[in-house]
Amino acid sequence: MLRTIRVQHEDFDAALESAKLTKGRTDIGAVVTFAGLCRDEGGKLAALELEHYPGMAEEEMSRVVDQAIERWPLQGVTVIHRFGKIEPGAQIVLVVTASSHRVAAFEAATFLMDYLKTRAPFWKKEHHKDGTAGEWVEAKDVDDAAAARW
Amino acid sequence: MKAVYFAWVRERIGKTEEEITLPQNIRTAGEVIDWLITRGEEYAYAFENPKVIRIALDRAHVKHDAPIKDAREIAFFPPMTGG
Repeated sequence: MLRTIRVQHEDFDAALESAKLTKGRTDIGAVVTFAGLCRDEGGKLAALELEHYPGMAEEEMSRVVDQAIERWPLQGVTVIHRFGKIEPGAQIVLVVTASSHRVAAFEAATFLMDYLKTRAPFWKKEHHKDGTAGEWVEAKDVDDAAAARW
Repeated sequence: MKAVYFAWVRERIGKTEEEITLPQNIRTAGEVIDWLITRGEEYAYAFENPKVIRIALDRAHVKHDAPIKDAREIAFFPPMTGG
């Protein structure tokens, strides 16, 4: 069972992280790779500033990964979340799940993203292109509902 | 104990963290908010709607009625918006 959890400012290579989970193995039949990117919100966003709670971010991500491993037969999980200033088009979060069969890999990846969004201590603040002070992004009820279905 | 603040809670209070000495009658995480509010208008502003505030004790999410016991760190922040 390969298990990787990282919180970092630097960008990540989704293909490389996926390859790390499958390298040298012949028992994995499915790999799901999800990358979350920064949108420009119709052209008005210059960047997102991601604040996090150092220490707790890693611990909470680890607790969420533990739950996924308990619920689905996974051979590997990688979760990477970036912090700091991130510009439109850049990657924010990566989830990779590897399993013998696709259903477990798909479901676990969706579960991980739903739980990370509502439990991992990260907060986004908008920076606008016109120089005006941006707002803190508000949590969405739809994200709570997505997490509650599991 | 150490109190830490994040996102707009941090901005409204004007501090990232501070050492606090709680009165002995404070038993739950939520009661810490009630006590902080009495310390000044910046706290009253940060906690003007206490129900939306999330709390962590020693880096784990807790409900407002969770006992503090011997926790060393308490954190206050808005609902998370990562991912």
